[in-house]
Formats: sequence, structure tokens, C-alpha cells
Amino acid sequence: MARIDQAPGIRPPLTLGRRLDIAARHAFPAGCAILLMLLAEAPLGITDQAALLPAVTLACVYFWSLFRPAAMPPPVVFLIGVLFDLLAYLPLGVGVLTLLITHGLALRSRRVLTRQGFLPVWFAFAGFAAGAAMLSWALTALLSFRLLPLAPALFQAVLTTALYPALAILFTGAHRTIADPERA
Amino acid sequence: MIRLSIQARQALAKLTLPVLIGVAFGLMLLGKADALLAERARMALADALVPIYATLAEPFGTLRDGIGSATDLWDIHAENERLREENEHLRRWQSIALALDAENQRLKANLRWIPDPAPSYVTARVVADAGGVYAKAVLLSVGPNHGIRKGEIALDERGLVGRVTEVGARTARVLLITDLNSRIPVTLENSRAHAILIGTNGPRPRLIYWPEGTVPQEGERIVTSAEATAFPANLPVGIVHYSTTNIPELVPAAMLDRLEVVRIFDYGIGGIVPPEAPNRLPERRGR
Repeated sequence: MARIDQAPGIRPPLTLGRRLDIAARHAFPAGCAILLMLLAEAPLGITDQAALLPAVTLACVYFWSLFRPAAMPPPVVFLIGVLFDLLAYLPLGVGVLTLLITHGLALRSRRVLTRQGFLPVWFAFAGFAAGAAMLSWALTALLSFRLLPLAPALFQAVLTTALYPALAILFTGAHRTIADPERA
Repeated sequence: MIRLSIQARQALAKLTLPVLIGVAFGLMLLGKADALLAERARMALADALVPIYATLAEPFGTLRDGIGSATDLWDIHAENERLREENEHLRRWQSIALALDAENQRLKANLRWIPDPAPSYVTARVVADAGGVYAKAVLLSVGPNHGIRKGEIALDERGLVGRVTEVGARTARVLLITDLNSRIPVTLENSRAHAILIGTNGPRPRLIYWPEGTVPQEGERIVTSAEATAFPANLPVGIVHYSTTNIPELVPAAMLDRLEVVRIFDYGIGGIVPPEAPNRLPERRGR
């Protein structure tokens, strides 16, 4: 938060209300991710609902790592990963590793991707989704010592890619308004 | 707060991600070494979430029912005809069943048959899917003093659903018969031959290890077998159906994709440890 005041310009003094406002805006991406994850596990009665949770989680981590990495630092990604592993009944650590690698790669490609329009970002995300699905499939198979069917992993990759635009519209709106600490 | 130079702080910030990736590998090893830890954490989380999901289930259910009844109105006439026909059919069967039941009682009385003890059961609501992508399981909401134990058997109104694998303070997790880790000893009803039913994570589990010479017949009823004392005998499981690749599969009698309420039966048997779901250890004594 100290970083904000180093920038030149005139702004109101840092009162308690404003500090809270800034903190809430910083916490929005992680809070939004956790809320969406819990909602994805709610009894919606959709068939194959299990693939919804990885889709939502990956989209959240990817988007915020790309566009607001300050609000999605590695420790937060780690915590989201632990929650993901517990909710998705994966072997402990699989989701954590997948999400951390996603976060790292998204940070690396940040300089290129954030300058592009929506479509390149989406295509890149398709690659991330496929990679994440394969990685968690391989790790789960390895940790449970058995060959798992590949079809659910493929479905997960496709659903994750297909769901991204809807979530991206929501997040882009939030990114410009309620998640922006500059507007506090 | 410790004051650090800018360089040191930048170096630390760069180190966070590799260190956390290392911790993730450590977490995998920990999960492998102490499977009970992950199980406890999961059930604690489930205990906390179940009240929320149980509350959410009602409005979602109302919404689904509303949509369902709207579509039902379209074919209500055809449905009525079908039901009337089925009712007549069932009435005929009912009279046969009653006659057979009476005969059975008479024969048992003559044989001094020791009747099976009536099992105790509790009824629980299914609140959430608890399988994830690579497993088939459901989460039940049960009262605080439920007395449900691992290895107890879940049935819906039509047939076998699965077995209880994890028990929390207010929740129980039931591994379905379609799960990849499910192995159930069964009997083919017509030939009385034994076989094993293995889950595939798909909607239809497969039959394997039937004795040579007695092939499962299309449409044959499959019931549980008391072998290995994991299940009581003669619980309905489903009927045989041959897939297009000519593999005998089972169409489950229970409506596994639309479970709402299941009954958990305590048959007082524990001849075998509960199914080994990924990363699970058998129950410790004294829990």
C-alpha cells in the first residue's frame, strides 16, 4: 500500500476509511475466487458439475495473475490451491502445484499478453487450460498409482476454455472499477 | 518489521514462487505419508460448508422443479397413458409376489428357518457431489449425533448406491458403485454364479470374474453377494446390459445421477475394510 503514495499526484489523505477501501479492493480478486469456488461446488444439479470447480479456479488465477499480480501474489495462489485440493478431492498438493505453475507462467508472459486484445489472451488461456488439465491428470494418476481415464481431463480443458469469456467479462469490469486501488 | 535493502527485498520476492512450488511437492509427500490428515481436513471443511449447501439446495431445487413441471405439462397425456398401463402390469406382478411371499413364509416355517435380523438404518439428504473430476461420490448431511460408521451401506429406494468411506461430525461421504475404486462381490440372480462388479467412473460399472460356462445374460438381475462379509446377500444392484463392444455392463437400479435421499443401513458386518479410495487409509480402531 505504501507503493501507491510514492507515485506523483494529488490525492486525499490516508484516513482509516480509505485504508479499508484500498485493502478491500486488494482483497477482491482472492475473495471473488474463493466465493466462485464455493459456488461451483453448490448443489446446482448440473451433470458433470465436478469440472466447474477447476474451470473457475484456473480462470481466476490466470486472469488476476495477468492483469493485477499485486492482488494475486504466490502465497494467495498457494492458499487457493489448498482450498481447491480439499474441495475437488484431489490428492493434496496437485492443485497447488498446477495453480502455482499457471501463476508463474502467466507472470512471465505478462508483458506480451496484456498488450494484446481479448482473443490472443483467450487462445493463450486455452493452452494453459489444456496444460493444467494434463498436469493434474498425470499427477493424480501418479499419486494414486493407477491409470485414470483421459476423457474427464479433456472435458475439463474444454469447459475451462469455454467458460473463460463469460468470467473475463465479469473480471474486466471489476478490474476497471471495484478492484482498482487507484480509485479508492 | 525488519528493514531490508531494496535488493534483498526483490530477491526475496523472486524466491517466493520457487519456494512455494517446493512446498507444494512437500504437501504431496505429506498427503501420501499421512492420508488421514487430508481426510480430516476435507471432512472439517465439508462440516463447515454443509449447512450452507443444505440451505442453498432448497431454492435451487424449487427452481429445477419449476422448470421440470413446466416441461411435464406438455406430455402429461402420454405420461398418464403409460402410467395406467404400467399400473395394470404391476398389479398383476403384485398378486404373484404376494402369493410367492405367502408360500415362502410357509416353507420357511416348515424348515425352521432362522430369519435375518432387521437392520437399523438412518435416512440422510444428499447435499453435494463429493467426487471431483476423477471420482464418483456424494456428500450426505447427517445430524450431529448420527452414529454412522465407515463401511455402512447406502441404498436409495431402488437399489444399492455405495458405501460410506468418510465420516465427519455432520457429514458422511458415500463412494458410489460407479467409482473407479469400487469393487463389489455380486451374484447373477438366475444362475446364482458369483462375479465382481468394478466401477469405471462412467455411468455403467462392469462385471468381471464370472465362472467359466455361466455367462451373464442380457437383462439378468444382479444382487449383492454375502461373500467376504462386506455386504448382506440379495440387495438389488441392477440389471445386465451388453455394451456395443460386447462387454457385460450393469445398469444400476439406483438413480445415481439424481440422488436426493439415501438410507444408510447398519448390517453389523465389517468383514472387509471400506473401499480404498485414493489416498485413504483403513479406519483406525477406537474412532
